[in-house]
Amino acid sequence: MANEILAREPNYLEYQGKHKGIAGWLLTLDHKRIGLMYLMAIMVFFFVAMTLGVLMRLEMLTPGETIMKPQTYNSVFTLHGVIMVFLFIIPAIPAVFGNFFLPIQLGAKDVAFPRLNLFSWYLYILGAILAVASLFSGSGAADTGWTFYVPYSIRSAQNVTMTTMAAFVLGFSSIVTGLNFVVTIHRLRAPGMTWFRMPLFAWGLYATSWIQVLATPVIGITLALIMLERFLGIGVFDPALGGDPILYQHLFWIYSHPAVYIMILPAMGVVSEILPTFARKDIFGYKQIAISSLGIAFIGYLVWGHHMFVSGMSDASRIVFSLLTFLVAIPTGVKIFNWVATLYKASIKFSAPFYYVLAFIFIFSIGGLTGLVLGALATDIHVTDTYFVVAHFHYVMFGGMGIMFFATMHYWFPKMFGKMYSEKIAIIACTQIIIGFNMLYFPMFIMGYMGMPRRYYDYLPQFQGWHILSTVGSWILVTGIVFMFGNLLYALLKGPKAPDNPWGGTTLEWRIKGLPTLENFEEIPVVTGGPYVHDRPTYIMHPSKEIQHTNGDAKKAEKEGVSH
Amino acid sequence: MTEYTETAEHVHESGHMHRDDEASKMAMWLFLFTELLLFGGMFLLYGAYRFQYADGFKVAAADMNSFIGAVNTIILLTSSLSVALSIGAIQRNQKKLALAMLWFTLLCGLGFLVNKYFEWSHEISNGIYPGGPALQEMSNGQVIYFGLYYVMTGLHGLHVIVGMVFLAVMIAFIQKDIITNSNYQKLENAGLYWHLVDVIWIFLFPLFYLLH
Amino acid sequence: MSEQIYSQEQASGAQAAHHTEGGHAHITGYGTYILVWLGLVALTAVTVTVAGIHLGSLTLITALVIAAVKTSLVGYHFMHIKYDNAITKIFILVCIVIFLTFWILTFSDLSFR
Repeated sequence: MANEILAREPNYLEYQGKHKGIAGWLLTLDHKRIGLMYLMAIMVFFFVAMTLGVLMRLEMLTPGETIMKPQTYNSVFTLHGVIMVFLFIIPAIPAVFGNFFLPIQLGAKDVAFPRLNLFSWYLYILGAILAVASLFSGSGAADTGWTFYVPYSIRSAQNVTMTTMAAFVLGFSSIVTGLNFVVTIHRLRAPGMTWFRMPLFAWGLYATSWIQVLATPVIGITLALIMLERFLGIGVFDPALGGDPILYQHLFWIYSHPAVYIMILPAMGVVSEILPTFARKDIFGYKQIAISSLGIAFIGYLVWGHHMFVSGMSDASRIVFSLLTFLVAIPTGVKIFNWVATLYKASIKFSAPFYYVLAFIFIFSIGGLTGLVLGALATDIHVTDTYFVVAHFHYVMFGGMGIMFFATMHYWFPKMFGKMYSEKIAIIACTQIIIGFNMLYFPMFIMGYMGMPRRYYDYLPQFQGWHILSTVGSWILVTGIVFMFGNLLYALLKGPKAPDNPWGGTTLEWRIKGLPTLENFEEIPVVTGGPYVHDRPTYIMHPSKEIQHTNGDAKKAEKEGVSH
Repeated sequence: MTEYTETAEHVHESGHMHRDDEASKMAMWLFLFTELLLFGGMFLLYGAYRFQYADGFKVAAADMNSFIGAVNTIILLTSSLSVALSIGAIQRNQKKLALAMLWFTLLCGLGFLVNKYFEWSHEISNGIYPGGPALQEMSNGQVIYFGLYYVMTGLHGLHVIVGMVFLAVMIAFIQKDIITNSNYQKLENAGLYWHLVDVIWIFLFPLFYLLH
Repeated sequence: MSEQIYSQEQASGAQAAHHTEGGHAHITGYGTYILVWLGLVALTAVTVTVAGIHLGSLTLITALVIAAVKTSLVGYHFMHIKYDNAITKIFILVCIVIFLTFWILTFSDLSFR
């Protein structure tokens, strides 16, 4: 026993490679360190964009000018959107937790292309710098909204070029990550890890990665065309020269609708990890959940037109897109029902991550159901470009992906940092976040229904009651978030050592003793069963030892695993 | 299980990773898909505007010299052949032939760009460029046609240049025996890229030169 | 289905098995390449000639069909899709399906305006 402890390799945080200190991070090829570098960068931009959001809410406290001029407000909501979408929501779960845990869950030592992985982080940083720099250069950040709609975006005197350039570079970063993950999942699964023995998080990432590869280039060329249009006036999007602005909207949403599934699929993957762990039983309908991820990814390509119902698109097309939009509810429903069925008759362990998942299911369901209101043609025309859309968007994106980001943090924190946080505070923070969130965004549904348009710094006095409620909600939410991260930060610095497997998780990362080492495993494990089997071991962690010593089950199991 | 000895240490420390040609090829194909969809967005715009401005496109395309277009098509097709042959030569361990074929490919790429340069400068000297005097007199359909023409052939030209850089690196690799008859996936990938550039031109040619 | 893909990849050494030989090498004869090239040049000649004939709306379609045939020749022979494994072929198919989807749905708008 003592021998083993002495022989223990340093974990990934202690590991001293060729480069020491800060260079050991900036030049690292270790997927776990790259994941943490993403985490740090993403947290910075999350707080920047959150601050911008709080300032917007503050501006809306009273009608007329409260703290900023209309032009500033326009830039603030644009930058809030661009930073949140491209720097937080899209990369957060895949780039942080995907990088950290995908190779481990597959039983691999790293991603398929470690150098490319580091490159994508630098692209991310470059894009982030451009986005922030656009604020302080030229005439200030774009004021077009994160959608950069033409013809305004080619006429605006603001520094639209740099902001679109930022989004372009970030798209490239996203493609590189997606490409890396697809190849990793195809090529680096451990022996016996068949497709249907992969954890559902990996399935979620697989579907996501395909969208990243097959949709992002379209936004790349579209944003490049905006830049060309601004510099040269080529005419393809300029109505004065015969261009068709609706085509811009098509191209923009061809990417940006699938992109919302880039945002939500990894989050759904984590739900499928957390639920069986805390329900302490196998997930219900594993294959259906796995396939429904691919289903959502595919149908996600067919529905972009529902963002354009009032743009002047043809009636036939509007009906087709509306119909297709309702199809998304099918694979999503499959997931929700399977999750709920997993909880049925389970002996549930109510820990902090589980609370966040419950918050997710509650909030995301509201977001999803109001999505149907927007997907239906007639009602959409009533609420288009109102606060209803803003509310819906935040319920699905923040309530969906954002809350799941928090859940994921709490779920994997002990394995990433080896420290344990106070679950009590985490649960209190979670409650506060739920209250603040609903207070902030629910009034927006009502205001939107009553006709409050989005993206105005001013409003009619009749809306003020709701705006005050919403702004106070934003304070509750933000303090809740700060409280939550404070708890994690405290744990990081002073928290007690976390047990190897605090939740009783069954996937590979929980089979590792302590923090992962540089190579994750002393030996590549052999997989002999599904990912969420609680009653027997489904991984052989030291095949060379274990298989020699036991000639019975393990050997047979390994054979089965490999020959399947 | 003892064969699993290659360690991540190697990846991290010596920068040497165990080779997985399949993975490398798969990644290259995924990358080609992104290129395809990048151009795909442009082709979609082309389709939409050709549908909308059928007549304007025809008038504008009458200005194009389809002979130069056809010559450039043949040049790129030939360069595709020579890349394919250079891979075949490497497989057969004919290093000199492989190098010769790649140099020939580079020459083709250069020839293509020179032709393109003369075409563009011809149009530009006639005042046909975004914001140019002649173009401002033209109808919307013609303006859009030339807008798309410059963006799409320009983007394609950029890809030709990138492809030539890739192939030049491959020449260096072959000379240094980094690419050999048992290790030529890099060359194969560079070839895939070059063929993609060719395929895109195969579509650009009839769409911009052959409208009557 | 999945199981098959798995075993195939494992057999070729998906994880860390030494995979130093390009196991998929198929050596195509020089003659085949040259024949393909001749075919491509011939098709180019055809497409230029056909474009000179007034076919009305068929002009575009013939041009696109010929381009598609040329593309498949390049892909199949020069890019070695012919000898590629099933997974590469499925990948290409997925990409093409998605790409066509963009076209069909965009034109569901444009052609009914």
